[in-house]
Amino acid sequence: MVTNLLTDYWPILVLLLVSLGFAGIAMGGGLLLGPRRSSARKQEAYESGMRAIGPGTRQMPVRFYLVAVLFILFDIEVIFFLPWAVVFRQYYENGLGAFILLEMLVFIVILLVGYAYAWKKGALEWE
Amino acid sequence: MNETLLLIIEWTIKGGLLAFGLATGFAYTTFYERKWAARLQIRIGPNRTGPGGWLQPAADGLKLFFKEEFTPANAYKFAFNLAPVLTMVPAIVIMAVIPWGTQIDFFGRIIPLGISNELNVGVLFLLSVASVSVYGIVLAGWSSNNKYAMLGGLRSTAQMISYELALGLSFIGPIMLAGSLNMAEIIRAQQQGVWYVVYLPLAAVVFYIAALAEVNRSPFDMPEAEQELTAGYHTEYSGMKFSLFFMGEYIKMIAVSAICATLFFGGFDGPFVNTYPLLGPLYLGIKIFISLGLMIWIRATMPRLRYDRLMAFGWKVMLPLSLFNVVWAAAVIVFFNVR
Amino acid sequence: MQPELIVFFVLGTVAVGSAIGMLLSRNAVYSALFLILNFATVAVFYLVLGAPFIAMVQVTVYAGAIMVLFLFVIMLLGAEHLERRTGADWQKPIAALLGVVLLVEAGYVLLSESVSLPGINVPAADYGAPVAIGELLFSEYLLPFEVTSVLLLAAMVGAIVITRRDAPRRKKR
Repeated sequence: MVTNLLTDYWPILVLLLVSLGFAGIAMGGGLLLGPRRSSARKQEAYESGMRAIGPGTRQMPVRFYLVAVLFILFDIEVIFFLPWAVVFRQYYENGLGAFILLEMLVFIVILLVGYAYAWKKGALEWE
Repeated sequence: MNETLLLIIEWTIKGGLLAFGLATGFAYTTFYERKWAARLQIRIGPNRTGPGGWLQPAADGLKLFFKEEFTPANAYKFAFNLAPVLTMVPAIVIMAVIPWGTQIDFFGRIIPLGISNELNVGVLFLLSVASVSVYGIVLAGWSSNNKYAMLGGLRSTAQMISYELALGLSFIGPIMLAGSLNMAEIIRAQQQGVWYVVYLPLAAVVFYIAALAEVNRSPFDMPEAEQELTAGYHTEYSGMKFSLFFMGEYIKMIAVSAICATLFFGGFDGPFVNTYPLLGPLYLGIKIFISLGLMIWIRATMPRLRYDRLMAFGWKVMLPLSLFNVVWAAAVIVFFNVR
Repeated sequence: MQPELIVFFVLGTVAVGSAIGMLLSRNAVYSALFLILNFATVAVFYLVLGAPFIAMVQVTVYAGAIMVLFLFVIMLLGAEHLERRTGADWQKPIAALLGVVLLVEAGYVLLSESVSLPGINVPAADYGAPVAIGELLFSEYLLPFEVTSVLLLAAMVGAIVITRRDAPRRKKR
């Protein structure tokens, strides 16, 4: 597999290193060239000019959790769609179009039940 | 060994060219945006720095280098410094699978135009890099230890993951038509037939809207909802760290334009591109330019969405629509027998 | 040395290092970051093994989706700073004992002559390619694929039941 890796993935690694270097130059340049005159006032959290009250990070609403869970589930669905999409034409041309369509339909309908449930329960609404 | 060395040099040069091109593209996209938005709002825009204002981006960039960077005392220092890098790097890396052209003959050496055109999981690569790019934002929001930043970061993250689904699902149509996840293959299939926007107009629209949300552009620019969140996740950032976020955002604009061009508008395809491969990058550039112009136009005309409506739109409209697009693509294959 | 071997050792070091870092970080968010790095390394392992599709899925689903959920949960609970002592000190000796047992077991399997590993079949070059995965998934592994959707459904309903106790109080505006 090294040949495949070599031609397809090493260039991406090189690009990753180049872009990291790019970011490094930008950060380093800013550090070197910019003035550094810090003071206690400057280091306070910005709160529209007022003194910051309480901690900056606090507990957040549970809604975000729900969005993240729903995202994972549908993301997995999207992932399953990819190999299906790749072989769809092949199956169709071999006369198995209805078969593969049905396979995906079963998968999707089960998930759509969950989607409908989420909709009904108001999980898709913000507040 | 010699061949390996040559390859490494080739990749480094191409990577450097891409990064440099994107950085220049970023600088001039800001200029483009200011000029074009000014025209749309019957203003003139920047015109003092250099002839016609053309040196404005350079002046802005230089200025940012000489700005003071300060870190809030309560910030989580490591994550605070990591977040801008994590925002900018994926924006560049995602461009690795976008082909700029076929290949050129450079003094007897065949050089493919693009970083990794023939990656057999190209589209999935786009998805995975896009999904990683949320970390810069969520980390920036958290590590600043600031209420505005935290809320802005969370909101943008939730928004990005919600629209990522529609984004991913609108990739399915072109994959089905081309029967491959390989970006170069998708373009070749379009060269033999027609551009996929003809068969999948709705998917192209859904992709574009989802992409706007994914890169936090107007009308989905929640992090820039100044009235309620100050500057969202980058409230506490200044100097070059701020400009890395800015750069990340604009490079992402360029990247999604390039992806849109590749999947729906034939990528580097254009007249005579097969005889003169160097026309490829030019055509791709023109398509990106048009798409960026549209984004700026949208920003100059549309008001920002309210956050609850934005999320509801993502889940209740975009997701069903993009599922419908998959059915549409299947129907296109069955009824038009597209090759 | 072969390039594969160098890649393997570099990746192995990063994977083990990030796993240890995850365990030792005091800040839960940094633990999560180490875990993301670990997932990314595992993805590269898959890549080296010739399974690019699984590698990308690993990044998309684990590093991209599940870790966002982890971060959200950490922030949801405000659990960035865990107490050093959690009142579970009795777990430590047991954990150490079990760890030693596992190590001895692994060492026995690797070193003993009686347990011989079967030779690994080198798969075809395009074994991990998307087309091959599609063909397998929609023929041989059809049932697991369909059952997955039931699993996803259960997870979805579960998450909604946990987070929303009752129907929305207000009707749509």
